[in-house]
Amino acid sequence: MTAQVITVTSGKGGVGKTTAVANLATALAADGKKVICIDGDIGLRNLDVVMGLENRIVYDIVDVIEGRCKLKQAMIRDKHNPELYLIPAAQTRDKNAVSPSDMLRICKELRPEADFILIDSPAGIERGFRNAIAAADKVLVVTNPEVSAVRDADRVVGILEAEEKGNPLLILNRLNPILVKNNDMLSAEDVLDLLGIQLIGIVPEDESVIIGSNRGAPVVTEVKSRAGQAFRNIAKRLQGQDVPFMDLDQQSGLWNTIQKLTGRK
Amino acid sequence: MSFFGRKKSAESAKERLQLVLVHDRTDLTPEQLTALKDDLLKAISHYIDIDPDAVQIGLERDGRSQRLVADIPLRSVTRQRAG
Repeated sequence: MTAQVITVTSGKGGVGKTTAVANLATALAADGKKVICIDGDIGLRNLDVVMGLENRIVYDIVDVIEGRCKLKQAMIRDKHNPELYLIPAAQTRDKNAVSPSDMLRICKELRPEADFILIDSPAGIERGFRNAIAAADKVLVVTNPEVSAVRDADRVVGILEAEEKGNPLLILNRLNPILVKNNDMLSAEDVLDLLGIQLIGIVPEDESVIIGSNRGAPVVTEVKSRAGQAFRNIAKRLQGQDVPFMDLDQQSGLWNTIQKLTGRK
Repeated sequence: MSFFGRKKSAESAKERLQLVLVHDRTDLTPEQLTALKDDLLKAISHYIDIDPDAVQIGLERDGRSQRLVADIPLRSVTRQRAG
């Protein structure tokens, strides 16, 4: 086994990096892959709560780097998937406690142990981001269809190009198909045209994402959730499968059913 | 366009982003671009007669690369031939 290291980053904060990591990791594990997540946001750890593992933390990544524990001891096993692990960030330290070479060393040690290593990058383009991309084989850039998020994503893509990190892939998160239809939200085509990078998935805005993180159970486990389906599809694409993009135009609800029945669109 | 000729917001977002991204990527402010344009015109005028008001110089995007595009019409001069 030699794991592929995938870093999820965005530039802007709050666009859904941590949600994406938790969901993709859970989906990959559900497909039978062995997955290790690393929370790269030292000082602002969050991946543990989103995955519902906050009560199981004993050691974190800085303990590993500073030799207080073995790497295996810092790997927390997921509650439901025996093949899914989390290495949490330290909460009481800052980004300078980790260096890019630390990340390279940790990933080198972990590669034979898993199929996928998913790194949750902090927001920004400073040290924490540099640490998060140091060992990446592939980078996923998460953005929302909003001016600030797209602008920051473009900065990040520019840095990744300069660092020769390969072609990043785009996750367009929180797209609202109704707003797009009314021309009050940038469409996926608009964002792709602006950023000039390849798309790996569009995740529609979906209340069940919040409900999932409230419970510490990522939304991919919800069979009916549209966002869950979108993340499951992205996970398949990461495994090299060719999955068609979802039709986000189809909506549920009484009014749409009536429109469909009466042939009105 | 919708009522009262007001643009829908997605269109404004895209247009504004197109401009912002070009300047972000080239690290060139609109003022610097104007200065570049002036210098360029000065240099060209040194050799040929151009119409400064008809000149169009701007940055354009092509995927992830940028290009500086200049359209510089020459002032029509009747060719003076010897003999």
